[in-house]
Amino acid sequence: MSDVITTDVVIIGAGPCGLFTVFELGLLDIKCHVLDILDRPGGQCAELYPEKPIYDIPALPLVTGADLTSRLMEQAAPFKPQFHFNQMVTSLEKCGDTDFVLMTDGDLVFNCKVVVIAAGGGSFMPKKPPIPGIDAYEGKSVFYSVKKMEAFRGKDVLIVGGGDSALDWVNNLQPITNSMTLLHRRDEFRAAPDSVNKMRELVAAGKMKLAIGQVTGLGGADGMLSSATVKGTDGNSFDVACNTMLPFFGLTMKLGPVADWGLNLTENLIAVDTEKFETNVSGIFAVGDINTYPGKLKLILSGFHEAALMAQQAFRYINPGERLLFQYTTSSTNLQKKLGVA
Amino acid sequence: MAKITFIQHNGNEITADGIAGMTVMETAVKNQVPGIDADCGGACACATCHVYVEPDWVAKTGKRNPMEEDMLDFAFDVRDNSRLSCQIKVSDALDGLRVKVPEKQF
Ligand SMILES: Cc1cc2nc3c(=O)[nH]c(=O)nc-3n(C[C@H](O)[C@H](O)[C@H](O)COP(=O)(O)OP(=O)(O)OC[C@H]3O[C@@H](n4cnc5c(N)ncnc54)[C@H](O)[C@@H]3O)c2cc1C
Ligand code: FES
Repeated sequence: MSDVITTDVVIIGAGPCGLFTVFELGLLDIKCHVLDILDRPGGQCAELYPEKPIYDIPALPLVTGADLTSRLMEQAAPFKPQFHFNQMVTSLEKCGDTDFVLMTDGDLVFNCKVVVIAAGGGSFMPKKPPIPGIDAYEGKSVFYSVKKMEAFRGKDVLIVGGGDSALDWVNNLQPITNSMTLLHRRDEFRAAPDSVNKMRELVAAGKMKLAIGQVTGLGGADGMLSSATVKGTDGNSFDVACNTMLPFFGLTMKLGPVADWGLNLTENLIAVDTEKFETNVSGIFAVGDINTYPGKLKLILSGFHEAALMAQQAFRYINPGERLLFQYTTSSTNLQKKLGVA
Repeated sequence: MAKITFIQHNGNEITADGIAGMTVMETAVKNQVPGIDADCGGACACATCHVYVEPDWVAKTGKRNPMEEDMLDFAFDVRDNSRLSCQIKVSDALDGLRVKVPEKQF
């Protein structure tokens, strides 16, 4: 296990609301670490609709999900937040009277005074195809992500899907596998043209196979796969021999570990007050899509407002007894120094 | 107004009033039809609103659009009559529409 990272605040989730929380806390001299399961910031904006326009961000008549994310990153940058991507927060516990301890699936441990849950619609998790009996193979011969490429050396790998993850892993893993088959429901791919071309070259050179159809069943024993049954486009079934399968059907949001932290939930959302956006546990706040209160709207602008108000209470926990001055960024030299513009 | 029937995997049927201009997905969500998750709220970005249009209705509901065709790559057990229900707009012409909801969206 790694050393404990000690900080004022840990923010769970690097979606738009988590990112703006960095800014609001930063204005109050509060330092944060930000954790996300995804490999990049932006939450839903980055994962579900990077290219789509958003029309209701105040003062930005039109901004795409990707642009909003990069602007929020720029706005938060003066406060030097520390990001930890590809980390799912798995546990959150109180430690003593004032501290919290958080752990991630990547074995990071944090100790902090305040936790802000900005977990949005929940953790992004890979979609698991409902193939009968697949549970028995998961983690043994069926995987939804590649953590270490070496684990696939010498294997007979079947990759299912037609997007970027599927094609990237076909091309990256092919050289070290014993055999590689890509299975997709149609002979058209939404992945980047470069990776599709590379895959087609490998197929033409006889280095891998491309099969068109959909998996309907799995064969094997004791969690070890030996074949996948595929229904072809003509309706006929055939078997593909493989001892490892990687299905890539995109991500879906599930509440995940947040449900197990002893917080009051209402229909899978964290109940908060509307003054401080604090949960039933003092020191744990929730902002953005993950929270609920009377009148809540799941909009980015609501999350921004919530971040500004919760930061005030976070300041009181982190600096007990200190007075909090209300200041404008336009006129306060103090704030401008923090922003690096004075 | 158009009556839309959602046939569950277990055979149960839920018939709902669809309002012209709304989508079939929105009609399902408004009437709490189980099995339509609609994670992305109708942006054609999640494929968790997948339905099978009953054969007699395929012509009336029309063809998949290219974005929908791409997104169906992320659905499971895609068939010729597969559609993303957020991409079907309700109209009077669809009064009586019947769609099957898959056992699981994922
Ligand atoms: C297609 C679409 C269009 C939209 N259009 C608009 C619009 O026009 N205007 C508008 O205001 N809103 C819009 N929204 C809604 C908007 O995207 C959300 O309100 C916003 O993303 C919420 O931000 P958030 O930071 O609360 O959560 P999210 O963006 O959901 O980010 C939460 C992050 O937390 C991470 N996370 C969760 N649990 C854990 C854990 N245990 N450990 C580590 N990380 C975790 C997740 O991986 C995720 O990255 C739209 C949404 C969609 C899907
Ligand atoms: S609701 Fe997400 S694709 Fe239809």
